[in-house]
Amino acid sequence: MVPLYHILAVSVILFGLGAAGFIVRRNIITIFMCIELMLNAVNLAFIGFSRYLGNPNGQVIVFFVIVVAAAEAAVGLAIIIAVERNRATLTIDEIDSMKM
Amino acid sequence: MATSSDLPFFLLLTVVKVVLVLVVLLTAIAYAVWVERKVVAHLQSRWGPYRVGPHGLLQPVADGLKFLFKEDILPREVDKVVYFLAPFIAFTLAFASIATIPFGESITLGGHRIPFEITNLNVGLLYVLAVTSLGVYGVALAGWSSNSKFPLLGGLRSSAQMISYELALGLAVVGVVMVSGSLSLREIVTYQHGLWNIIRQPVGFLLYFTAAIAETNRTPFDLPEAESELVGGFHTEYSSFKFAMFFIAEYANILTVSCLATLLFFGGWLGPVFGPPIVRALLGVFWFCAKVFCFLFVYIWIRGTLPRFRYDQLMAFGWRFLLPVGLLNVLATSLIVAWRAA
Amino acid sequence: MAPLFYIFAAVAILAGLSVVLQRTPVYSALSLIVVLCSLAVIYLLLGAEFLAVVQVIVYAGAIMVLFVLVIMLLNARREAPTAGSAMARRWGVPLLAVFMGEILFAIWGRYAGAAAPAAQAFDGSPRAVGELMFRNYVLPFEVTSVLILVAVLGAVVLAKKQL
Repeated sequence: MVPLYHILAVSVILFGLGAAGFIVRRNIITIFMCIELMLNAVNLAFIGFSRYLGNPNGQVIVFFVIVVAAAEAAVGLAIIIAVERNRATLTIDEIDSMKM
Repeated sequence: MATSSDLPFFLLLTVVKVVLVLVVLLTAIAYAVWVERKVVAHLQSRWGPYRVGPHGLLQPVADGLKFLFKEDILPREVDKVVYFLAPFIAFTLAFASIATIPFGESITLGGHRIPFEITNLNVGLLYVLAVTSLGVYGVALAGWSSNSKFPLLGGLRSSAQMISYELALGLAVVGVVMVSGSLSLREIVTYQHGLWNIIRQPVGFLLYFTAAIAETNRTPFDLPEAESELVGGFHTEYSSFKFAMFFIAEYANILTVSCLATLLFFGGWLGPVFGPPIVRALLGVFWFCAKVFCFLFVYIWIRGTLPRFRYDQLMAFGWRFLLPVGLLNVLATSLIVAWRAA
Repeated sequence: MAPLFYIFAAVAILAGLSVVLQRTPVYSALSLIVVLCSLAVIYLLLGAEFLAVVQVIVYAGAIMVLFVLVIMLLNARREAPTAGSAMARRWGVPLLAVFMGEILFAIWGRYAGAAAPAAQAFDGSPRAVGELMFRNYVLPFEVTSVLILVAVLGAVVLAKKQL
């Protein structure tokens, strides 16, 4: 069986990759995808813990994270569509002012 | 889990099963095309393929050779990676869902009990739904990567249609799961020993069949790929072998959906059997194939008979009719199951 | 089973790198789908079969389809490097690496080596998750259904061209 530490290490690496993408990338949609990557890294950690500590609540929490991520993706992408329609750009460097 | 001495035998057995199922499935798809052309032709008072072999039986062979030897056109501005990836995704996923489908009871060879399936997941039904929902990518990516108006529109419409009818498909199946108490396809069939689920879940079956036709992009729900509307829809810019992959994927999806319909609603391999165990097992497989063939025939019959829906009618039908009916079906089924248990 | 975990963990990490490093958004989305599917396989290996299929159906099969369709609709192009991203790359990424290293070190003492917990009996079947959810977590379940309704309404209103 795989040691718990290895599962957590994979989770931390994926989270780090997601966070690095979040601060480096400039396209809104790619930033959003890095957020989803971070959420998935957390899900992996939850399932690893649920397995190794014998606590089934971890699975239910992962279920809720997936559902909330779905709701957030829907609203976030709708906002991105609205922003693109108003500013005609998807680069966050150019969407930095609140002026209309 | 299997012991280490079982592992080589298990792997060998799985490989043999996979190869066997793939070969049978590919042949079935080739001849499903022949059946379709013949049935649609006779519905339209003509003969269909007649010259290539007796009654056109060698037509699939001729078609296959044609696809292999035709010129493979690569339009200039396509996104090469995704253009090559899309048919592979469609093709692979169409065959992936066959993994959890059981064809019959088990046989015993040399002390080992070999069930007639590649694998038995206890979430087997959800696995098939998962593979179906991934199948949207083949269509959407093909439409986008072709870098042309008609494929893009066709791809977007097709993927929106597939996502919408996935919901109705899932809801139709929930009733069966509630009645059988399991998500494993083998257990669902075993539960139908006394009474087939079509009697227990008639609304569920109609819902499932309608959603399945829409999911596989067949008439009357095939506007996204109809010739008169969108040239070829998402596969307009594909030629030769890549187009053949989409074509095979579509028929594999039809066969998978028919298999699922017989497993969920018509008792799978259950039917009159007699004789020694091996004969019984093979008769079970025969009944399963006969039922799947009946579904295939009904699919083709509907294709040859009904006119197609307009796109907005299609989406309205899926969201405003099938979804509420599905929810009411789930509600009614759960009330009956709870009342029975009390 | 262990070699399978390492193979799919490697696939997930490589695909994660691809998500972050690809210039074209469509390739990032496809790499993210690969990450999601390899994580689903890992969940299956760990015994959480229901969550593995839910991950594929909901995350890889619905949320990512949403992403891909929006990318196609907005015609997102290749990204060009800017001043902001250069600064983030020089200062942010090393600091982030240090932070991740700290986290790894902190959990080392607790969950590695001698303190490593053994795998417990684990029921990942739909029945077990369902029983737990509908007994202890009924209220969050209902609240998430309201949340999804709100999200649907919000998405429709925000994305409309005119109300």
